[in-house]
Amino acid sequence: MVDKSRVRPEKIRCDACPVLCYIAEGASGACDRYANHKGKLVRLDPLTIIEKTIESGEKTVPFLKGTEGTDWDGTLLRDSRSFVTAVGAGTTYPDYKPAPFIVSQTVDGADMVTVVTEGIFSYCGVKVKIDTDRFIGHERADVRRDGESVGHVMTSEYGSRMLSLGGVEHLTGGSKKEGRVTCDTLLKLCNGEAVELSVDEGATVVVQAGKPPIINGVEERLMRVGCGSATIGMFASQWVGHVDEVIVVDDHITGVLSEHQAGKMLDVPPTGIRINGRRSTPGRYFRVAEAGRGWGGTDIEDPLTILQRVDSAVAWPGLRLLMVSTTGEQYAYFELDEALEPRPAPIPEALQASVDLIAENCEPSLCSVLFMGGAGGSLRAGVTKNPVKLTHSVKASLTHVSCGGANAYVWPGGGITVMANVLDIPTNSFGYVPTPALVAPIEFTMRLSDYVALGGHIECVRPIEEAISDDVRRVNQIDPDADPVNKNNFRWEKDG
Amino acid sequence: MALLDGGQRLHLQHGPIDLVIGADAACEADRRAALAAAAARFDGLLEGLVTELDRHRTRLAPDTALPRDPVARRMYAAARPFCRDRFLTPMIAVAGAVADTILHAMRDAVPLRRAYVNNGGDIAVHLAGGQEFAVMMARHDGHPLGRVRFGSGSGIGGIATSGTHGRSLSLGIADSVTVVAADAARADVAATLIANAVDLPGHPGIERAPARRLRPDSDLGDMPVVTLVPPLDHAHRAKALAAGHSVAAMLEAEGHILGAALFLQGESALTGGATRHFSPLGEVEHA
Repeated sequence: MVDKSRVRPEKIRCDACPVLCYIAEGASGACDRYANHKGKLVRLDPLTIIEKTIESGEKTVPFLKGTEGTDWDGTLLRDSRSFVTAVGAGTTYPDYKPAPFIVSQTVDGADMVTVVTEGIFSYCGVKVKIDTDRFIGHERADVRRDGESVGHVMTSEYGSRMLSLGGVEHLTGGSKKEGRVTCDTLLKLCNGEAVELSVDEGATVVVQAGKPPIINGVEERLMRVGCGSATIGMFASQWVGHVDEVIVVDDHITGVLSEHQAGKMLDVPPTGIRINGRRSTPGRYFRVAEAGRGWGGTDIEDPLTILQRVDSAVAWPGLRLLMVSTTGEQYAYFELDEALEPRPAPIPEALQASVDLIAENCEPSLCSVLFMGGAGGSLRAGVTKNPVKLTHSVKASLTHVSCGGANAYVWPGGGITVMANVLDIPTNSFGYVPTPALVAPIEFTMRLSDYVALGGHIECVRPIEEAISDDVRRVNQIDPDADPVNKNNFRWEKDG
Repeated sequence: MALLDGGQRLHLQHGPIDLVIGADAACEADRRAALAAAAARFDGLLEGLVTELDRHRTRLAPDTALPRDPVARRMYAAARPFCRDRFLTPMIAVAGAVADTILHAMRDAVPLRRAYVNNGGDIAVHLAGGQEFAVMMARHDGHPLGRVRFGSGSGIGGIATSGTHGRSLSLGIADSVTVVAADAARADVAATLIANAVDLPGHPGIERAPARRLRPDSDLGDMPVVTLVPPLDHAHRAKALAAGHSVAAMLEAEGHILGAALFLQGESALTGGATRHFSPLGEVEHA
């Protein structure tokens, strides 16, 4: 065995604070904030800069340093503009003093200011969209992690189950453990890590932003193309002539071709095949089975279990029956024998193609995590001496709000309540404080003149170059559409 | 510097020092003044401490001269009674000494009913007459271990915790040892010494490594610090806890501490003094 101490790469000296730790490769200093990564000193929570490369025929590169290229009318095509995100900026909660970074830069001739702070959000949570029709739990059921309630199942969306996690009631309204587990759950989800959640009287779901959900240990692959009825409508014309009856099994609405409006339009004759469930309109059935992890989000493992006795007055021997789930993942082909019992048979090529087409039309199933939080009065005070003016400025589209450089949807109405996709935010952007509350990056960008108008901390504005030191973390733009300083974000009066 | 919980607590951080501070006073102005005094004292504290850092990291002897820095002086005073027959450096008391220093600055500024300075688990506490202080002890994963509660008449001014899961390196195998003493620096020293004594020398499953390999500038040099403790059976846990308990009982008998609670893999041991202030959670509640 090799003595590791002999082969270890050299240690480095950290000069981030007066302790001046020697830090071994792969280790962190006494503070746990600075570390030695392959011989380089790295901040574990560095100020993060997004570098946007603009491709355009008109832009220029800086010719003289510090002039933003305005002195050069050459034809070089690339310009790089930096945006200081709040990631790693630190916080001054409760902000009786100005935000840690208030930087200015000139963009297209306009003097822009970005106020950057890591906000402490006690009122915050995540909305999780899980692309699946499988049953994960009833609406309003508690969602738990380590036995603690961290949120609930909310209204399903088309093809997706939805969770609302976190929020002030779970963070600080319950027991200390509930708050701690909730905070940790939000932190992990926002930082793109996987979290296992269990829904009361429902499923266990592993959720990770941008990854397929794992439901009761099985990774989900596809979203359904539509409900059973919609699927009949979409594919009916491809089936006619190749099959006599098609049943598209779905947890919500199961479709029966010969009874369905689409079948009628194509002159598909009645087949006498009858299925369980409650008929809604012709060819559309609710609740053919219980919700589950079988066919089309039901608990069906054997599709024949949903068939009732066929109507012998209508059905005929040799009748061809296709049963398929709404994702095309499950399918079976039968032909009725002399006794009108369905017998499995090899599926004809044309039907196989239609089944494959259903599967092809299903999008990959993913989990999406949106951070949602409200910028409280004290956070706003870090931006301006008169916090409500910031709200007004945001509502008037004079101030653009971003989270870690990502576009943030600002809710209408009072306050500054924002939502942002965690995958558009640089990795590991979120932190926490023991309150417990989440620490999330938030930036406010506006014209310098508008910043003056809303009573900003003008004395603290400094040029962006000062904020960009050697130890900042540089990341490429993640969402190509996010550009917090772009003039299209603002509703300025046309001033020519 | 930041205020937490809507201004209820103050958070100060510089380099490896991370303080959470709370205060209760007769009026809000006094409370604010106490927090302001803490922030003012914190300014430059780390710089003072590091001016002679190399000295603070070398073995302390009974005749080592006191340093000039006031925080360091607290460290030397707290560590000195134990330096004759074992290797230790003044750094053994650094966390507690910082907490004590800030607490004193707050007390000097205004009259306070209750105040505490929590330096990563080493806590300096001030209680005026009739006041009480309670704090939960928890495992590194947040699992509760029990409660410490004491009043102004107890003589307790500091709580400290040491063990294999703390930020400092440990020579012993205790999950954690929590000590109450007259001030945080003394509690800090004792918690480290007791945690070091909870050990099973020669046990093949316990992994150790030279401190310097984990932290190149550790004051412990090449001393073997514990890096892994395997699951132990009851007899081994009891044996290790007994070794630590005898050191704790001696420190208590000699008046250095006012109580200690030792935890190892779901089992605990208390000194006589600790039984008055500690209520560990029973085994049943671990299920």
